[in-house]
Amino acid sequence: MSSSVLYDAQGPRAKRRNVVYTIVFLLAVAGLVWWVYQNLSDKGQLDWEKWKPFFSGSEAWTTYILPGLKNTLIAAAMSMIIALPLGAVFGIARLSDHAWIRVPAAVVVEFFRAIPVLILMIFGNALFAQYTNVNSDDRPLYAVVTGLVLYNASVLAEIVRAGILALPKGQSEAAQAIGLRKTQTMTSILLPQAVTAMLPAIVSQLVVIVKDTALGGAILTFPELLAAVSPMSSYYGANTIASFTIVAVIYVALNFSLTSFASWLERRLRRAKKSTGAVLAPAAVGGTESAGTAA
Amino acid sequence: MFDFLSGYDLLGAFWVTVQLTLLSAVGSLVWGTLLAAMRVGPVPLMRGFGTAYVNVVRNIPLTVIILFTSLGLNQTLNVQLGAQDFDTINFRLAVLGLIAYTSAFVCEAIRSGINTVPVGQAEAARALGLNFTQVLTLVVLPQAFRSVVGPLTNVLIALTKNTTVAAAIGVAEAALLMKKMIENEAQLLLISAVFAFGFVCLTLPTGLILGWVGKKVAVKR
Repeated sequence: MSSSVLYDAQGPRAKRRNVVYTIVFLLAVAGLVWWVYQNLSDKGQLDWEKWKPFFSGSEAWTTYILPGLKNTLIAAAMSMIIALPLGAVFGIARLSDHAWIRVPAAVVVEFFRAIPVLILMIFGNALFAQYTNVNSDDRPLYAVVTGLVLYNASVLAEIVRAGILALPKGQSEAAQAIGLRKTQTMTSILLPQAVTAMLPAIVSQLVVIVKDTALGGAILTFPELLAAVSPMSSYYGANTIASFTIVAVIYVALNFSLTSFASWLERRLRRAKKSTGAVLAPAAVGGTESAGTAA
Repeated sequence: MFDFLSGYDLLGAFWVTVQLTLLSAVGSLVWGTLLAAMRVGPVPLMRGFGTAYVNVVRNIPLTVIILFTSLGLNQTLNVQLGAQDFDTINFRLAVLGLIAYTSAFVCEAIRSGINTVPVGQAEAARALGLNFTQVLTLVVLPQAFRSVVGPLTNVLIALTKNTTVAAAIGVAEAALLMKKMIENEAQLLLISAVFAFGFVCLTLPTGLILGWVGKKVAVKR
């Protein structure tokens, strides 16, 4: 239902009323903005001095922001690369005909989906500290990637499962009819089509991963983008607001382009004539992207 | 075997988690519904505001929002939220951050619910002469809510898990206690298992019960 179904075409009175609503809403927003502005300028947070580091000279970028962004991207990429095959294995295991494979896989997937990523990260951090000799500088990265892999592999397993189930039944029936084994049906008929159908959902899961890396910065001293805020604001004279704004803008730009790419992919796949028409929308599994978790 | 638990207020920490979840759930349900109403309403400025809000907030990590409420709102702008002591202030700031973040997802869930209501329902309501507010509150939203119990349950479960982020600003909830216990006690695996079990106890029944409710109340079409 498009939104215009909810209200009639506007006559002169409705138009006047809408102008009134617009003005009232504008005043409310303007009031809030004014209050924030007043407060910020009282505290000197809007002084050019506080914002200068980001717009003139590259020191703030090369010392704090870009290395942080690099670590964010490394952690996200590593997590995705490790979680994807793991998720595929568990997703396929959940579709197995054998209960002794299907049930344990389901238990593992549901278990890790029910636990906050942060708990997994804290666990990973302590695990590496106590039982391995991973260098303490690398440990936060290991812990962040461990937490993200455990959680996202189980989410991806659900995406893979949903992707395979979304294919028309005729695909596996036709494969059986020409005498393919179960493994052959899966690897040469179902998976290749399911991967295409899953692409949008996988890309938007990447957004969740990128957002969750910030947890490592806040709790585990992983030097990623968010962790750059506090050394940056103390070095440039308490420009907390400016630092937060810049970091938030980078996150939004990065994730918004990923989200847009995912929905572009989805539209493109829906249009494509070759496919079976099975497409997994970005938020099809787990409902809420990341509301996923922390993020 | 579980004597390492004595001396720690495990139930208290999980009670804070539950409080964070419930308060933020109510708040984000209200604010998310308002945002959804703005996004489908006739006033272009409100539509634009709703769209911008959702797109920006969905793409910022919750950790950034929560840390900002503490470092930005509280320590720079001196927002106290009517509380005096440090713990209460941080708790309220965390609730505020969780509401701001979660309502974007609530808004999208409700909007998708509005899309499942057949066009004829709104057309019939308009034919009766109801205005936009009446169409939305009397006809469309009651049906939409019944079809989004499932998606909203997923948001609620995600919110329960997201409350752990409040540990970043020192709210004494489960994740912070787990971190402290792991630093002080030796039984890493047991401690982790206890906290994992705690969260499974919170999230699994929520999913099962609300999933059942969702099936009960869904409009059969």
